Amino acid sequence: MSKIILQAENINKFFHNPLPFHVLKEINFTITRGEFVSVIGKSGCGKSTLLYILSTMDTDFQGTLKIDGTNISGKTENELALIRNEKIGFVFQFHYLLNEFSVLKNVMLPALKLGKYSEEEIEHRAIEKLKIFGIEKHALKKANQISGGEKQRVAIARALINDPLIIMGDEPSGNLDKHNSQIVFEIFQRLAKEFHQTLLIVTHDPEFSAGTDRVMEMDDGRIIRQ
Amino acid sequence: MKFRLNWEIAYSLLLARWKQTLVAAIGVTFSITMFIALLGFMTGLNDLLDGLILNRTPHIKFFNEIKPSKVQPIDLSEKLKSSFNFIESVKPNTERVEIYNVSAIMSALSKDKRVLGIAPKITTQVFYNVGAIDITGVINGIEVEQENKLFFFSDYVVQGNYIDLKNIPNSIILGKAAADKMLTKVGDVVQVTSAKGERIQLKVVGFFQSGLQDLDKVQSYASIATTQKLLGQTSSYITDVQVKLKDLNLAPELAKYYGSLFNVDTEDLQTVNSQFETGTRVRTLISYTVGITLLIVAGFGIYNILNMMIYEKMDSIAILKATGFSGKDVNNIFITISLSIGVFGGVFGLLFGYLISKLIDQIPFVTSALPTISTYPVNYNPMYYFIGVTFAIITTYFAGFFPARKASKIDPVIIIRGK
Ligand SMILES: Nc1ncnc2c1ncn2[C@@H]1O[C@H](COP(=O)(O)OP(=O)(O)O)[C@@H](O)[C@H]1O
Ligand SMILES: [Mg+2]
Repeated sequence: MSKIILQAENINKFFHNPLPFHVLKEINFTITRGEFVSVIGKSGCGKSTLLYILSTMDTDFQGTLKIDGTNISGKTENELALIRNEKIGFVFQFHYLLNEFSVLKNVMLPALKLGKYSEEEIEHRAIEKLKIFGIEKHALKKANQISGGEKQRVAIARALINDPLIIMGDEPSGNLDKHNSQIVFEIFQRLAKEFHQTLLIVTHDPEFSAGTDRVMEMDDGRIIRQ
Repeated sequence: MKFRLNWEIAYSLLLARWKQTLVAAIGVTFSITMFIALLGFMTGLNDLLDGLILNRTPHIKFFNEIKPSKVQPIDLSEKLKSSFNFIESVKPNTERVEIYNVSAIMSALSKDKRVLGIAPKITTQVFYNVGAIDITGVINGIEVEQENKLFFFSDYVVQGNYIDLKNIPNSIILGKAAADKMLTKVGDVVQVTSAKGERIQLKVVGFFQSGLQDLDKVQSYASIATTQKLLGQTSSYITDVQVKLKDLNLAPELAKYYGSLFNVDTEDLQTVNSQFETGTRVRTLISYTVGITLLIVAGFGIYNILNMMIYEKMDSIAILKATGFSGKDVNNIFITISLSIGVFGGVFGLLFGYLISKLIDQIPFVTSALPTISTYPVNYNPMYYFIGVTFAIITTYFAGFFPARKASKIDPVIIIRGK
């Protein structure tokens, strides 16, 4: 049984500033549960723009986007925030950890916001996630006291904390050196194989994309291969 | 849970910038301190100055004014009723200054629930005979206990015991300035001549100081009985009936009502002392203006801090929103920061305001004009403390309002794309 998690129908997007610009053209695709999908394409072809739309952060587009069967158009800001909180995990190029908080707390924040579990349980779960990546020993350090590679792993743990339907990544290893991007790459592989986590990762690393179930290639705002 | 989480985030943002936060909080503290101290001091002064007048002024005074009769005999003539009658140089013909039918007035007033108390009084012109010369003066014949109850008479008796006035027959309490002029000591006997030439020896049992020098030069007090004896009048002779009400705002209305009921002249406090409210109001206004101005300045400080915090924490705000915090949460976080500064600063402001008030309260303030006062007067009315924190909270709320709204509107896509 393969359940459709994400469905994009005829998605078009325009930028109007400084000039009218058709950035995404007739995007159609679906992602089913457990798939590990990578998105590749030249710089500037619209990969990030697409990801922001899929993540519900950008609602200024034409077409239909269904997440877990529900159409997201017309939803209020609060409802979208809840969808992001509950169903989507993000990893960006930059880690975006909050320096005011400990590593552990950073991972816990989205779960505390969701409020599905008690604080003790959330803490326990957060430590479990950190353990997967072998960084639980840094749990009580401040976020700015760990290395770049470790930060990105914490960011992935944070994305996982609410057991999201899908994890989206926008060049998650783009800022890292060879060694660390290798680690991140292996983490995603493990998540897919061991945990059957659905993943949608933008990358420009051919080696990375070669290791995924399915590669979507974009060019000039269109999906040319999927 | 949700509120706690937002609070926790707000708190850590605060701590991350604790120096600036502290400065902002000190701004609030300073303005609330000034507000409390100023208002306490100013209203303390107000109460003192008002008290000078209010304590000793009846809310309503009933008396009989010497004036020509409005109805002249010619007006009573049937024949001339339809014509205009002009009479020149009308003069009052009777010297009667006593109130007619005092006992009826007194009993009616004492039944009125709005009346706090009644004190009858006789005011009469006299001469104090000092050696060969006579000094003019006024003797107030009073019901000693009532006078004390309603007008705090004993507060102004600076030497001797006020109650002796009642207990010792033929006694007098002289105005301090008058006594100084006459070189009189407590225990001496002074001779007093009434306007009609009656002479009487009175024993000085105390001195009186009102704080108004002009008054103290002429005024003296004796019991009603003593004054009636001096004037050669019966015990029904009363020139003034002084009334204090439970609510002084009713004075003009009641004065009018009883005045026409008993056909007697009346004076109410508002008409006599219309200017005293003005000074009070100006002083209060100044205190509020200074306090609020300071608060607004502090408010701008908070506004700046928050704006700076938002610029610095753009990334954090973006990721909070990306991971499921709504605009409302972000708004709450920044409002919480602002209000925390306000409450924290405000509470310390109250404390310091109180301490400074206490300090002002210790500063000696001795003046012969105000015998009952030894230090600067301070009002500790909890209302000002309440208004102080309320203002602090309102100002900081508004200072936080716009930055918080700005933060809540931050588009995470723009921030994340910018990296
Ligand atoms: N806010 C914007 N306004 C106008 N044009 C934009 C904006 N953001 C991105 N673009 C343009 O849209 C195109 C796609 O950008 P992006 O999705 O970031 O590409 P990619 O992630 O594939 O490198 C680029 O040509 C970029 O210049
Ligand atoms: Mg990109």
